Amino acid sequence: MSDELRQKNTKLVKKLVIVALLMFGFGYALVPIYDVLCSITGQNAKLEESVETEQSFVVDENRVVNVEFITSVNESTPLDFHVETRSMKVHPGQYYTVNFYAKNNLPQQIKVQAIPSITPGLAEEFFKKVQCFCFELQTFEANEEKSMPVRFVVNPMLPERYKTITLSYTFFDRTNNTEN
Amino acid sequence: MSAVVAEHDDHHDHHDHGPEKGFLRWIITTNHKDIGTMYLVFALIMFFVGGTMALIIRSELFEPGLQFVDPQFFNSMTTMHALVMVFGAVMPAFVGLANWMIPMMIGAPDMALPRMNNMSFWMLVAGVLLLASTLFMEGGAPAAGWTLYPPLVLQTGKAFPFAIFSVHLLGISSIMGAINVIATIFNMRAPGMTLMKMPLFVWTWLITAFLLIAIMPVFAGAVTMLLTDRFFDTSFFDAAGGGDPVLYQHIFWFFGHPEVYVMILPTFGVASTIIPVFARKPLFGYASMVYATGAIAFLSFIVWAHHMFTVGLPVAGELYFMYATMLIAIPTGVKVFNWTATMWKGSMTFETPMLFSIAFVVLFTMGGFTGLMMSVAPSDFQYHDTYFIVAHFHYTLVPASIFILMAAGYYWLPKWTGHMYNEKIGQLHFWLSAISVNILFFPQHFLGLAGMPRRIPDYAIQFADWNMVSSIGAFIYGFSQLLFVYIVIDTIRGGTGEKVTDEVWEDAAKHGLEWTVPSPAPYHTFTTPPAVIPTEHF
Repeated sequence: MSDELRQKNTKLVKKLVIVALLMFGFGYALVPIYDVLCSITGQNAKLEESVETEQSFVVDENRVVNVEFITSVNESTPLDFHVETRSMKVHPGQYYTVNFYAKNNLPQQIKVQAIPSITPGLAEEFFKKVQCFCFELQTFEANEEKSMPVRFVVNPMLPERYKTITLSYTFFDRTNNTEN
Repeated sequence: MSAVVAEHDDHHDHHDHGPEKGFLRWIITTNHKDIGTMYLVFALIMFFVGGTMALIIRSELFEPGLQFVDPQFFNSMTTMHALVMVFGAVMPAFVGLANWMIPMMIGAPDMALPRMNNMSFWMLVAGVLLLASTLFMEGGAPAAGWTLYPPLVLQTGKAFPFAIFSVHLLGISSIMGAINVIATIFNMRAPGMTLMKMPLFVWTWLITAFLLIAIMPVFAGAVTMLLTDRFFDTSFFDAAGGGDPVLYQHIFWFFGHPEVYVMILPTFGVASTIIPVFARKPLFGYASMVYATGAIAFLSFIVWAHHMFTVGLPVAGELYFMYATMLIAIPTGVKVFNWTATMWKGSMTFETPMLFSIAFVVLFTMGGFTGLMMSVAPSDFQYHDTYFIVAHFHYTLVPASIFILMAAGYYWLPKWTGHMYNEKIGQLHFWLSAISVNILFFPQHFLGLAGMPRRIPDYAIQFADWNMVSSIGAFIYGFSQLLFVYIVIDTIRGGTGEKVTDEVWEDAAKHGLEWTVPSPAPYHTFTTPPAVIPTEHF
């Protein structure tokens, strides 16, 4: 192989390796790009974005929306977790409070994070929470039991086709995670 | 393959020598033909390993209920079958063909980067062995599907980091192979071999290589995120830390959709090489074939979310991905019409490579049509994760990629070995394969439309009959492939004993430079560039 060809090959290989490395970076760049696209399209509202101050709506007395609550814990999170009612009928525009209860089953302190999920996903932007235990990491002392109110409102702008909204919380054990 | 050192009367310089003696030849070789042979043999072995896993799956599904394996192992089988077939069989087989044929087709003495070529082969072997070793680990092999979706895949036992590292190795191996192909095609073409004179197999591989360089690093990134999520407290896909498992699906399919075209584009290339020879006509619409390949490759990057219609996309997203996906049917249609037009009024003969190629055109088109059905977002909710999708992608892989790999084997074996294969057994292999592959996969359409989910070891009794038919087809198909092994070994040992000419097939030299060198192809070819470039296209 001539030196000239060797040089040409080396140059091309360098360029292609750079492309490969850039694409590796692009994979990671998709993470923030995804967050931006989600916030533009109103999908997958993340924790901090759910916090809002109480604003008042005109209450739609004629309309009833069924709101269901689901509680669950991830894998071996040592919590008993339940809610005072499985479902409730609400008028859009009116504020309601519902109590969730959780008890630490361990004789030591644990830290847990609740992650909300709303179904149907497209109704998510019309479901506002002004108070929620999911806004921050929760610390439970040994065997501590807590009552945790959630205050929410359904925006009267909610399209007619949505009759039922399901709010689900999952508790994840974050005790051993260093970042907290 | 036996040593294929033929004396050849081109001038010899001091680099030009035969292969090393003994076993070490295969370890240290930098010869593109040796490496190509190793890739092809390795791929064939993996084809049977993956096939055995498929037969375990089909045995379990022969009847409803749990018969032979426990569900965890069943899930490992579906996962490993896919990983082995994709990364161990189909992709290496095409890299093997690229190694053997690209230098010979463009009139180059070897690949541009022979040492890297050796390294990428052995890295592939290491990657696949590492993957196979997970079968014997505590907690079993990965069982979350080849897509490795979190959070399920994070529950894999001890095998998890090994599976991730094997994906890294396979990725690095593919990227090195792709870089080599691009460097060879860009820098090593014989004088006069302009880009638009290259055989389509070379063109499709050039585009495939660019796809590989663009997507394998993204996949490596995605699995690295899985690794750090599990072991280093990151939260890319962990909801508890503000991550989102759906993000993984987006990253995966950004890789995954071009990846399926990595397996089909070289298939198109081989089909475009074989059909003109046996139709005794130039390929219809050479330029449009090149542009269609480019268009398919470009579109593959902007349609990934059609794998995720049911994940809860915004309606605008569903519509965009639906229409973008439908667009792919246009360049693909161009190709199918071109192959048909190539055969139109041709003086066709039906040797085994041509039979496999014609079956490819027909059956791949069927796989394409079911793909088009699933591109319709609202109806995809019915097909999603059912046996319909299983039928779809197996039609685009087995009677397409695998059939064409078989066709390529029959087509080039005489050139590689200098012997003619047994045409009768070849045709028997074809007919058994073509019939049984339909018995195997066609009923899966019915099962899917009736709602049978994929990746399950047991099913409701209304699915029993078609599952039984499908399993019977699977066993006929699987065992028929042993005929191919017999033919390959028999051909290497002398085949029919018939002396093959340099051209092998009638007028093949008009279609490609590889038919102008002696049969068997000498250890070194085109140490001086060819004087004449074939102009009747390809």
